[in-house]
Amino acid sequence: MGRTFAYGGIHPEYNKHLSRDKKIEVFDLVDEYYVPMQQHIGKPARCLVKKGDKVEVGQKIGEADGFISANIHAPVTGTVVDVVRWPTPVGFEVETVVIERDKAYKGEMQLRDRNWRTLAVKELLEIVKEAGIVGLGGATFPTHVKLAPQDHVDVLLLNGAECEPYLTCDHRIMVERAEDIVTGAQIMAKILGVERIIIGVEDNKPDAIDALRHASLKIPSIKVVELETAYPQGAEKQLIYACTGRVVPKGALPSKAGVVVNNVGTALAVFEAVVFGKPLIERVVTVTGKVGMPANLLIRIGTPFEKVLKVAEIATETPKIISGGPMMGIAQSTLSVPVVKGTSGILVLDEGEAANWEEWNDCLNCAACIDACPMNLLPSVFSRGVELGKIEDLRKLDVMSCIECGCCSYVCPAGRPIVQFIRVAKAILRRG
Amino acid sequence: MRIPYNLEERFKVSSSPHVRKSWTVRSVMLDVLIALIPAVLASWYFFGIRAMLVELVCVLAAVLSEAIVQYLFFEKVTVDDLSAVVTGLLLAMCLPPSLPLWIAAVGSIVAIIIGKQVFGGLGNNPFNPAHVGRAVLLASWPVYMTTWMVPTKPGTSQWLGTDIVTSATPLGMLKESGYNWAVVAKKVSLWDLWIGNVGGSLGETSAIAILIGGLYLLWRGVITWHIPVTYLGTVFLLSLIFEGPAKHIADAVVYPPLFHLAAGGLMIGAWFMATDMVTTPLSKGGRIAFGIGAGVLVFLIRKFGGYPEGVCYSILIMNAFTPLLDRIFKPKTFGEVTQG
Repeated sequence: MGRTFAYGGIHPEYNKHLSRDKKIEVFDLVDEYYVPMQQHIGKPARCLVKKGDKVEVGQKIGEADGFISANIHAPVTGTVVDVVRWPTPVGFEVETVVIERDKAYKGEMQLRDRNWRTLAVKELLEIVKEAGIVGLGGATFPTHVKLAPQDHVDVLLLNGAECEPYLTCDHRIMVERAEDIVTGAQIMAKILGVERIIIGVEDNKPDAIDALRHASLKIPSIKVVELETAYPQGAEKQLIYACTGRVVPKGALPSKAGVVVNNVGTALAVFEAVVFGKPLIERVVTVTGKVGMPANLLIRIGTPFEKVLKVAEIATETPKIISGGPMMGIAQSTLSVPVVKGTSGILVLDEGEAANWEEWNDCLNCAACIDACPMNLLPSVFSRGVELGKIEDLRKLDVMSCIECGCCSYVCPAGRPIVQFIRVAKAILRRG
Repeated sequence: MRIPYNLEERFKVSSSPHVRKSWTVRSVMLDVLIALIPAVLASWYFFGIRAMLVELVCVLAAVLSEAIVQYLFFEKVTVDDLSAVVTGLLLAMCLPPSLPLWIAAVGSIVAIIIGKQVFGGLGNNPFNPAHVGRAVLLASWPVYMTTWMVPTKPGTSQWLGTDIVTSATPLGMLKESGYNWAVVAKKVSLWDLWIGNVGGSLGETSAIAILIGGLYLLWRGVITWHIPVTYLGTVFLLSLIFEGPAKHIADAVVYPPLFHLAAGGLMIGAWFMATDMVTTPLSKGGRIAFGIGAGVLVFLIRKFGGYPEGVCYSILIMNAFTPLLDRIFKPKTFGEVTQG
């Protein structure tokens, strides 16, 4: 039995078998790419191109604007045919550059082969920033900011838990690219100036654990930790506790506990940026659920969901389309949204099997949600507070500490959309 | 002009999570009913037709009064969630088999209307509805409510309900004897007590049947161990310390605590009443405090109170403390206590 977090948690149907053993395949190029200027938390990038401009693959087309922002690059060689407001999978409409691919461009990229050991910390950090790397686990926090923490840190923690049901993109890269991930981790550790690297992986991925252990055999600073398969094992604070026993103080960043957490996919992106000189223009996406061909696909940023699902084939009459996993993913109203840096999966559920939050009962006080909460909060009390309009009282009960993992809604026998209630409360409290 | 939305092809959106555990209020209540099967069968075996009639009347009266109240107040009728069935059956389990059926019906009506619906229905009642019903009956018809039928075997005239023989319950005998264990031990063997071959309420008698149902609920995750274990454990420890060793009987040390566990309504109270999710504390710490408090109260009422039995009142009193316990035992947010 692996290590695990302190409170609560659930064991949903993982359904990873659909795509777990599917090797990463390169997804075919499409004709048009929709590249949003905001694919990260923070300020949108400033658009550097206009309609009619020719762009080269990897060319910077959006410039990080402000401290928390990230660069955006052209995923293919082609022509900017439009700059429009377009929806992204996160749910906002943002300024989006539409690039028509040159028919002659077949996907080639000029790669370098740099020795990262000879580069200074400052240069490495600059490369990460230039490459537009953000957290690929889904939170999309700009990585160059994370790698320059305010507090003293002594541990770099790589998140390979992949606790979201269905998703297997991290699993596949850990199996297929273990050495590159380990190198990426070493580069990040050098930037942070830390000696200890821990990679946390759930024990339902024994092949990934083996691959990482093998790849880090001769590197004593790296420890691969086997974690119990439980949701939300990969939530930042829960992962830190499981891997190091440290508790991140309420309301603080992980660096307060001396830890910086990055996704294994982010480590791979850092490796590719530093060694190959490749900006973040593609990522591995798990396409799964009710589809004809579940797969792990290496997809260029900006590829519309529609094109991906045309190939994977939706296998239900009443699909519900989710960007990400079923616990924290975002339901999509349109397939026009593009794959962005934070897109870990495209999940197709049947409306019938998906949770229905349209009707619910009064809270039974059963406390199943409280027992399941990994932050040890009072979800049922929050949901009642919102129903009664007593939202100000919820601040004292730490509603702002909710990580929106969804365990409470998942276990509620009364079918209450508790996370939704909590989001309402948080939004109102933030507005003040 | 590029249009990102296709009116022909629209997908349902909702807040995450997009999957949920496959249980509902109805399935939880169904599990409680399944868990009650052994106790119901035991009541049929020992008390025959009378048991069936009391159970039937209680369930029917509970379901009908819930449906009528909800209909009259333009509420959605929710009897299909089975919670009224559970309330009716649990009340029946706490009633004497020989109780006139109209009194049983009044108990169910009170349980549903005064115990539950006036507060806004399932989830909003502060007190256990079945115990509210029982408490009202005990105060209103004390003689009927303390007349106990002697258990019998299937086929006898008493089993068929034509001729009822009454006696005291084991706890009644204990009280009458002035807590003289030697007197009680001669009349009641531990075996009869645990198997249910003693006078008492329908579902109270067979401790083993109830224990089986309770373990089922635990296994299904409908209840947690905190209240039953601390409730029973407190009564066990208190009677071990303050009642024993009993004088002049063979198993002097274990007889009093095992007697207290199996006698009266403690088992059904601990597994089915004190675990009612609606009226018990939210946090684990609160649940433990609830169990200990209820255990102390049972022991005090049995030993020093006017009634021989105190399970019903112990749970109702602890129900009243539930909001306070929720406040005292508020879980600490992860990260509130920093540790190295």
